[in-house]
Amino acid sequence: MPKNPLIKKTLVIGSGPIIIGQAAEFDYAGTQACRALKEEGIEVVLLNSNPATIMIDTRIADKIYIEPMTVKVLEKIIIKERPDSILPTLGGQTGLNLAMELAESGFLDQHHVTMLGANIDAIKKAEDRQTFKDTMESINEPCIKSKVVGLVEDALEFAEEIGYPVIVRPAYTLGGSGGGIAETREQLIEIATTGLRLSRVTQALIEKCISGWKEIEYEVVRDGKGNVITICNMENIDPVGVHTGDSIVVAPSQTLSDKEYQMLRSAALNIITAMGIEGGCNVQFALHTESMEYAVIEVNPRVSRSSALASKATGYPIAKVSAKIAIGYSLDEITNAVTGKTYACFEPSLDYVVVKLPKFPFDKFVSARRTLGTQMQATGEVMAISNSFSSALLKAVRSLEINMHSLEKVIYSDMTDEQLHDKLKTPHDELLFALTAALRRGMDIELLHNTTKVDRYFLSQLKTIVATEEWLKTTSFDSIDDERLREIKQLGFPDKIIGELTGNSEDYISASRKARGIRAVYKMVDTCAAEFEAQTPYFYSTYDEHCEANPKPGKKVIVFGSGPIRIGQGIEFDFCSVHCIWALKELGYQTIIINNNPETVSTDFDTADRLYFEPLTPEDVESIIDIEQPDGVFVQFGGQTAIKLANFMKQRGIKVYGTQPDDIEAAEDRELFEKILEKLNILRPAGKTFTKITDGIRLANELGYPVIIRPSFVLGGQGMEIAYTDEDLDKFFDIISLIKQDYPILIDKYLPGKELEVDAICDGESILVPGIMEHIERAGVHSGDSISVYPTQSVSIEVKQKIYSITRKLAKELNIVGLINIQFVYYDDEVYIIEANPRSSRTVPYISKVTGIPMIELATKVCMGHKLSEFSYGTGLYPEPDYVSVKVPVFSFEKLHGVDTALGPEMKSTGEALGIGKNFPEALFKGLLGAGMKVPDIDKGILMTVKDSDKPELVAIAEGYQELGYKLFATTKTAGRLNRRLVPTIPVRKISEAHPNILDLIESGDIGMIINTPSRGRQPLNDGFQIRRKAVELSLTCLTSLDTARVLLYCLQNRMLNKSLPIYDLAELMNVEE
Amino acid sequence: MKAVLALENGIIFRGNSFGALRETVGEVVFNTGMTGYQELLTDPSYYGQIVTMTYPLIGNYGINTEDLESLNPKVRGFVVRELCKAPSNWRSTRTLDDYLKEHDIVGIEGIDTRALTKTIRDNGTLRGIIAPLEGFDFDKIYPAFAEFSVTDAVANVTTASVKHFPGNGPRIAVIDYGIKTNILRSLLNRDCEIYLYPAFSTAAEVLSCNPAGILLSNGPGDPKDCQPAIQTLRDLYGRKPIFGICLGHQLLALAKAADTGRLKYGHRGCNHPVKDLKKDLTYITSQNHGYSILHESLSGKPIEITHINLNDNSIEGVRYLDAPVFSVQFHPEAAPGPKDTAYLFDEFMAML
Ligand SMILES: Nc1ncnc2c1ncn2[C@@H]1O[C@H](COP(=O)(O)OP(=O)(O)O)[C@@H](O)[C@H]1O
Ligand SMILES: Nc1ncnc2c1ncn2[C@@H]1O[C@H](COP(=O)(O)OP(=O)(O)O)[C@@H](O)[C@H]1O
Ligand SMILES: [Mg+2]
Ligand SMILES: [Mg+2]
Repeated sequence: MPKNPLIKKTLVIGSGPIIIGQAAEFDYAGTQACRALKEEGIEVVLLNSNPATIMIDTRIADKIYIEPMTVKVLEKIIIKERPDSILPTLGGQTGLNLAMELAESGFLDQHHVTMLGANIDAIKKAEDRQTFKDTMESINEPCIKSKVVGLVEDALEFAEEIGYPVIVRPAYTLGGSGGGIAETREQLIEIATTGLRLSRVTQALIEKCISGWKEIEYEVVRDGKGNVITICNMENIDPVGVHTGDSIVVAPSQTLSDKEYQMLRSAALNIITAMGIEGGCNVQFALHTESMEYAVIEVNPRVSRSSALASKATGYPIAKVSAKIAIGYSLDEITNAVTGKTYACFEPSLDYVVVKLPKFPFDKFVSARRTLGTQMQATGEVMAISNSFSSALLKAVRSLEINMHSLEKVIYSDMTDEQLHDKLKTPHDELLFALTAALRRGMDIELLHNTTKVDRYFLSQLKTIVATEEWLKTTSFDSIDDERLREIKQLGFPDKIIGELTGNSEDYISASRKARGIRAVYKMVDTCAAEFEAQTPYFYSTYDEHCEANPKPGKKVIVFGSGPIRIGQGIEFDFCSVHCIWALKELGYQTIIINNNPETVSTDFDTADRLYFEPLTPEDVESIIDIEQPDGVFVQFGGQTAIKLANFMKQRGIKVYGTQPDDIEAAEDRELFEKILEKLNILRPAGKTFTKITDGIRLANELGYPVIIRPSFVLGGQGMEIAYTDEDLDKFFDIISLIKQDYPILIDKYLPGKELEVDAICDGESILVPGIMEHIERAGVHSGDSISVYPTQSVSIEVKQKIYSITRKLAKELNIVGLINIQFVYYDDEVYIIEANPRSSRTVPYISKVTGIPMIELATKVCMGHKLSEFSYGTGLYPEPDYVSVKVPVFSFEKLHGVDTALGPEMKSTGEALGIGKNFPEALFKGLLGAGMKVPDIDKGILMTVKDSDKPELVAIAEGYQELGYKLFATTKTAGRLNRRLVPTIPVRKISEAHPNILDLIESGDIGMIINTPSRGRQPLNDGFQIRRKAVELSLTCLTSLDTARVLLYCLQNRMLNKSLPIYDLAELMNVEE
Repeated sequence: MKAVLALENGIIFRGNSFGALRETVGEVVFNTGMTGYQELLTDPSYYGQIVTMTYPLIGNYGINTEDLESLNPKVRGFVVRELCKAPSNWRSTRTLDDYLKEHDIVGIEGIDTRALTKTIRDNGTLRGIIAPLEGFDFDKIYPAFAEFSVTDAVANVTTASVKHFPGNGPRIAVIDYGIKTNILRSLLNRDCEIYLYPAFSTAAEVLSCNPAGILLSNGPGDPKDCQPAIQTLRDLYGRKPIFGICLGHQLLALAKAADTGRLKYGHRGCNHPVKDLKKDLTYITSQNHGYSILHESLSGKPIEITHINLNDNSIEGVRYLDAPVFSVQFHPEAAPGPKDTAYLFDEFMAML
């Protein structure tokens, strides 16, 4: 079946903001799909509210709408653009759900839009728990004993029947949202209530809990003709009960015999065929550990996180093939892009093993519950490839950037047997290190298997690693013979660890190893286990003798990627890496990317000329540099991950393009930086450094409270806090010493002013500042968590001039070539600098898109010796447009237990949405909608409880809402104050007081929004915390900064609610400007 | 114990011995299946061959008592990247190492199997020797390559006597050229009654049970080495419905004057796409063969190609137009590999 000629214009739905459970993998899938469509001459219209994505690019799509992802917006786009078809299966659950709503309402039929990639029946069969069960029954595929319920009472009744524990799985949700395991009646009431609320159709499955079985996934692709193949299977090391997104996953399966493998494979094919899915999809199974019994857990009728992983693990481009299938091609007509010779209709054969490790946000959220369950909590993941399990695992561990290079984590070694045993009983994010600690003290594999249900195979693999670690501790390095050393490298041990364990420096090990001829070689990922010659330049390292990398001569550059997606370092940096590669290609360079994140576009095998799927540690990248001998490397586009390598490049004499390592250090080192500011006469908030708490308190008093404190050199900016009193400082110090602080603590005067941010490009002489962004929430709320507006709305020209001139001076002094990002606070008529990052930043994709300045392209080119004057964007401060763009952060709080939602100096958001409008309120409101904010209806109440210092400011805001018709509620003290100021407010009792109190009110459903500003400190148990968590549970909007409340009010006063908001094609909007 | 794998072209890989410790010589081939080593080891079609697994971690799920394709391993040697010493699977009764030791089969581990595979891919199938490193001398062992040839492969693996498996359904005469047990199971699952005949039975012998149909099994080696079997097929042709698999498929073609040839390095694995031209659907198949029917040799003959290999266009299945006879090159009985083409057994049943 060739391409369907009726398809000429397709609307592709992206997946919107990054949230836990829906990360960069859909940018990867969507980008691949859009390209596949364009290749066929199809006009692509794209909707995505996420400005950080690579898919939002005129190279990828013809028409781009950065608009809230809602049914209304889709309808408007369809009416305006008149596409003949819509492709919803590449935009994750968001895309799929939206398309379902459009289809069900009849809108698609009315407008003659065909749904590509999946029909409604197929989606229903997979997503609707009841239809799914019926379908499985009809083809004799076993499901777990379960019942679909719409009411909590029915859930309870069924649970009595099958016995606890049971698991609640809501229909049409993502990342296991709202689901969970209930051991008791009480727990079931709680979980079922939330679950039903979160389901689009108020439906959940109550199911017998089968935690402990093996969880096995199959990635399947089927075409319209009925050809159906599996791309690969994956075995979860964590058993059923831990969400696959949070599990350690290995591909292919390691402990399944061919009989088991084929039994599940056949089942997967049967299921997909029975459902009639066309394109890529994913089937999850539970397999009993001691029989051939299995059960289908679920089917995702679309590409998913797992298919991104499977694509990278095998080299098979699932999204691309899915897109081709969607427009009519069959598998036997699509060529295998990797071999260039064979067809897409085959099953990849791996001759290596792949390990995926999840990246958890618990380093940021110290108070969060760290146990793992059926709801996903990881923000990202890393993947590693090698030809031994142990080496793949160790590579993955170092790719995580959790400061672990071996499997020995001190806190577990220090535990008593009892404590350790406790740590093994429930799954948590560091089970791996608890297991190795247990093995290290000789705990029996059988016992560990029984406690954790981790397969004995993996345990014995861990045991080998542990044994080797222990052996090294008692061995002198020089006595290790070549063969043994090679074995240790084959097990995946980095030089750093060999050095640490044998008492040598990493450099010594490295030099000695190389002198002995033991070097990393590179093998190719070719989809066919070397059966056919392949074209793909996609490599992984091993310690064999035969190297396949065969570097090509010519000008070449290595770009370091940004590793796993985590809070603070997300998809934005993949955008930067990819755009850098594109720019270098345009300049005629051979490009090489090193990265380890399977969800990204940068690790697509045809993004760079060569892809090395490897950890980004000095040793791992040096091995590649040794082989490739590049002209130089890029460290400024891969976030902190890449820039951390700058110093090492300098030590090794490898050319770094753009800003030089010494200058990078000058910006990052507090002392050096302060000297520069002093010299340039630039203000920064007064600050000091201390190590002893007594000094801290003295300094704080000298500076004057409030102060902002943070440990220096901690990973991920962890532990930043605002202190108002000596007491706060004391508490902070307690927490800090818990996490072993060898470094000094920084203390700054806290300036609660307006935060402003710039990104600039400098060529060493001139500078271009594409834009100055204004933050809505005042300084003290992390720049990544505040609403950011461009162009500024309340900043005078003088201040902007000042910011520009500081930026220019500083960039010059730091000898910036390429990008620099600076954050300022404007307070009391003065501009202070908070920090300068000599690299690309989170806001670069956003500013690039809304100004139309290809910032990464320019930055890359100036790094390669071009001058800004060669381009048409000029220098200086770029003129501001008269449309407004507002970036609104998006959080994933409902996925994380025990995390405080109050905003503060530490970043918490996982993603962002962009709103574009002709004026500020319109853009802002669209941004808020895009970020998923539920704006309260006028007939709802607003509950206010704010800290004392905010009370004066609250009055005007409360009055505004009240005038719009909202009923106001507040805690007694606040209510009294408001009433005295003639703002009618109903007082509510505190949590500690008699019922009905504030929590009862929130649960009653009368409240549409909460404004709660936190009374300082990390006190998870105070009232405010409980209120905020309650809001998360009930999916109620809860604003924790008065600034946010004020701008929302502004939108409402400008009648944004229920208004039909116009949609803008970005290019059109910009052209009008010119 | 250190060991080497030496190829006839002089390339030597060093590794560690497992299984039996002795010298062995055979044709070195590679299999790209990621699971199924137990089935492979006991597949009689590997008679005379040293099998390399391209998947690096082998032995993980141990050896069980059920997944045997014949009573004992048939390979000459087994080459893996990493042997698992502590297997884990509920059905496992012993390690791969123990199993090979028990059956006196030579294994070598710890070599760069990807490099070896590429060597075979580029040079074509090569002869190889696995030997202990101690005292190894390439020049000394070199004559062993020349002396090595697989003769009488089929005779060595076929059943010695006629065997009968009762059943309530159609009676099938199966000619055993080195049959995999799962072919028999596939028939028994369809309720067939089976008479299993030695490879070199005459037509009269095969017909003596008055079968409803005849199935020709898989088996090792060059089909042209089996002239008497080819003659039997000529005699049987047209008398009963016939279904041929693998070697059976090649022998039939030779019996009907078509020709077979050697593939550069064969098809061995579980991921080969084969298109059923009538259904216009492609199936993933299990394969293990070094020879195939030659396209040119079919011209002008009443033989229709029904299946082709999507990767290299080689012939994977044919139908004979003047008699109820069809055959396939791949393994519809799977074991190891996908079961997607089991429908062929049903088609055979429908012919009876
Ligand atoms: N009956 C069950 N008993 C125990 N755990 C289960 C059961 N069903 C599912 N799970 C676990 O819950 C996880 C999430 O469930 P799933 O339906 O796949 O949700 P999602 O749509 O978020 O992927 C699975 O990965 C599995 O580990
Ligand atoms: N002296 C200060 N006064 C007010 N707010 C500050 C001050 N220092 C930092 N902040 C706030 O803390 C946030 C994080 O600080 P920053 O130094 O930018 O750390 P990071 O490296 O995590 O971005 C800033 O975005 C700002 O809102
Ligand atoms: Mg799932
Ligand atoms: Mg910052």
